[in-house]
Amino acid sequence: MWIRHIWAVALALLVAAPAAAEDVTTFTLENGLEVVVIEDHRAPAVTHMVWYRVGAADEKPGVSGVAHYLEHLMFKGTEEIAPKEFSRIVEANGGSDNAFTSQDYTAYFQRIAADRLGLVMGMEADRMRNLVLSEADAATERAVILEERSQRTDSDPAALFSEQRMAAQFLNHPYGIPIIGWRHEMEQLSLQDALDWYRLYYAPNNAILIVAGDVEPAEVRRLAEEHYGPLEPSANLPERRRTSEPPQLAERRIEFSDPRVAQPYVVRSYLAPERNAGAQEEAAALTMLADLLGGNQQTSVLGRKLSFETQVALYTSAFYDAVSLDASTFGLAIVPAPGVSLAEAEAALDAAIAEFLAEGVDAAQFERIKTQIRADEIYARDSVDGLARRYGAALTSGLTVADVQAWPDVLEGVTEADVMAAAAEVFDKRRAVTGWLMQAEAGGSPEPEATPDPAAADPVEVMQ
Amino acid sequence: MIRALFAACAALLLAFPANAVDIQEVTSPGGIKAWLVEDHSIPFTALELRFRGGASLDAPGKRGAINLMTAIIEEGAGDLDAQGFAEAREALAASYRFSVGDDTLSVSARMLTENRDAAVDLLKLALTEPRFDVDAVERVRGQVLSGLQSDEQDPGTLAGRAFNALAFGAHPYATPADGTLESVAALTREDMLDAKARTIARDRVVVAAVGDITAEDLGAMLDHLLGDLPETGAPLPDRAEMGLTGGVTVVDFDTPQSVVVFGHEGLKRDDPDFFPAYILNQILGGGGFSSRLMQEVREARGLTYGVYSYIVPRDHAETWQGSFASSNDRVAEAIEVVRAEWVKAAEGGVTEAELEAAKTYLTGSYPLRFDGNGQIADILVGMQLDDLPADYVNTRNAEVEAVTLEDIARVAAERLHPDGLRFVVAGRPVALEASN
Repeated sequence: MWIRHIWAVALALLVAAPAAAEDVTTFTLENGLEVVVIEDHRAPAVTHMVWYRVGAADEKPGVSGVAHYLEHLMFKGTEEIAPKEFSRIVEANGGSDNAFTSQDYTAYFQRIAADRLGLVMGMEADRMRNLVLSEADAATERAVILEERSQRTDSDPAALFSEQRMAAQFLNHPYGIPIIGWRHEMEQLSLQDALDWYRLYYAPNNAILIVAGDVEPAEVRRLAEEHYGPLEPSANLPERRRTSEPPQLAERRIEFSDPRVAQPYVVRSYLAPERNAGAQEEAAALTMLADLLGGNQQTSVLGRKLSFETQVALYTSAFYDAVSLDASTFGLAIVPAPGVSLAEAEAALDAAIAEFLAEGVDAAQFERIKTQIRADEIYARDSVDGLARRYGAALTSGLTVADVQAWPDVLEGVTEADVMAAAAEVFDKRRAVTGWLMQAEAGGSPEPEATPDPAAADPVEVMQ
Repeated sequence: MIRALFAACAALLLAFPANAVDIQEVTSPGGIKAWLVEDHSIPFTALELRFRGGASLDAPGKRGAINLMTAIIEEGAGDLDAQGFAEAREALAASYRFSVGDDTLSVSARMLTENRDAAVDLLKLALTEPRFDVDAVERVRGQVLSGLQSDEQDPGTLAGRAFNALAFGAHPYATPADGTLESVAALTREDMLDAKARTIARDRVVVAAVGDITAEDLGAMLDHLLGDLPETGAPLPDRAEMGLTGGVTVVDFDTPQSVVVFGHEGLKRDDPDFFPAYILNQILGGGGFSSRLMQEVREARGLTYGVYSYIVPRDHAETWQGSFASSNDRVAEAIEVVRAEWVKAAEGGVTEAELEAAKTYLTGSYPLRFDGNGQIADILVGMQLDDLPADYVNTRNAEVEAVTLEDIARVAAERLHPDGLRFVVAGRPVALEASN
């Protein structure tokens, strides 16, 4: 099982000497726990993460937010660790800890001196199977997540708008439901809901352990076998299959008005394919497309056409999240200049995309983007935390270590023709939602029901 | 070298051999001082520049000029227009970030070893020959104005602004560094040139570099990059007259959850009581989940998602502040809990167990901050701005360890003023009376 991946990037155009890239080792324990070790010996610190292959999109109908709610409750204690002691022990050892929930994963991490790895492993393994929760914990923490929703979503019209757009984007897939949950369902979440979730999904055969920093793989293996090895796998782990999208046949348009909106804007998102194991080419082309269209305000296609050649836009962007278990979205946004209506801004955005489809890729811009992608692999090595997150998100979203390591080469291999083909495929309005965020007269439009989270693709993080 | 630092700082807690982090104090042939940590394992260098004074050096009637100048300095320089400059930077895969705050203007650069000279040339062009073309000024001005309009609708920004207006009297700290709709609308290209002349000068710059560069190469780089900057700029600001009094201020804003900014006077970074106060704050409301405020307001009562306190030693005024958000119908209770914790700490200090836990956290976590070239460079310029010696990385934990329960009790009694706390609440709080 010991597979040692030593991965060197070819930096053909850039670098004289080949750069040694991250040093990654993987193995799997008998109970199904996958382990990824990323070595970085520059500082004697370690990041220890456990990623569960379960996220908000795995929730049953009616209990939206339970994945994130359980994430909060995971800090409440076990028979070994008294309530609220988990973070206190980590801090007393000079470490810090936190957790985050997304549509596709839930992850817990500590950053601590490398010689304390066994301590945090012991505590993390303990709460994987032995969480103890009370009704009082459940009630208080439900109030906390409702305040979190108030702070992150209900106080921010842009977040409410994003939530409504995602709900319109997905006709049948749970990505249309916010990670933090709909308020009316969050209010009804019970201790039993949380425990049901925990008992079904929190087990070594549904988890990935990532240890990054000043560690030796053999020592990590020894500690992992000691702490995680004895945990029983879950026998009834359900197959991970969500409801899928039917063909999307009708363009959707939404207008969201709120008196708190100071700057109106237009966002359009298109249903788009994601990176899949062994098949990342189309996602790579879309990644390049997003960079070409909106990567930089001065040099991107949208920036040039809409802020320089014409002064229609204050700001434009194109965005695409390639890492996702199921279908992703490709987005475009335009913030109109003063005096430009949303209709005019949207028309100018459409015209710019049409021109791009007719004109094709600017070869010089394409080459500069590739140069930056190669450089980003160098800069990325400065953050072992960032590398750990890269692996964690990929491995919980249907990808393999080999896919992660192949990704820079796949990006490198994208041609201009690949980008244009991907663009022609993705820009189909029948699979798109166009949203206008508008300012309502104060007192004019109905107050939005305390409802809807930031971009549903973004992880909701809880500070610990 | 990072390893060595870790060892030094963790020595009291962890069983590493004591050693010293290798911060080299470099003086270029031209006389520019910088701190350097060499690490040749990744072929790039992180360079951090800080110019003291920052947005507080705005000329009278020109609030927002330095912020706009900072936003536009990369929008064309020398022979390159805004797009030409961006293309040149992209081709080098370098990054430059310019930002400005109340006390400093920051330049953060990352440059690959293989084309570092060209990346420095381009950065120098922005620092010495920015064009401030009229079309670029207009374009970026529009973005700043849009942001200012959005600020008017953001309860957190409204609360923070109202707090600053109460706290800092006639000092620039009292008003937003990005200016007002009126002041920004009136700024001209000449104002940009003047704003740059006021802030970007050799006599106020501190420098740190971390990564794949030698002291010799760094010296030559700095002479080239900074040698042609003007020797001096506008005089640094005076101290602010603090005006905070105890009470509650409500900023009416229609939103379901109120945002609260609270605080009173704080203490200077070089105050002899800084370390006791810092540890006290850690226990009271510092970053951790185990702070008293977090336990009482969030964990015990579910009144908020997060509550924090912080000591803010600005260059020309000091506050001890905090913030949280609570639903309109619960915010009055949350304020009472915060006030009660302030009273409890002022009257009773902290416990031995709390002090020990805070010390082990602060001493153990300090070396974990030295995480990556960019992070280390950021720490090194911060130390220089605080007039700390390079050796501070090796003495800091001992200063934390030296603080006693008695020190904290005394500092808590002297420096926490429960009756002096001003709570600024933006929202529609229920059953909360504003006071003067």
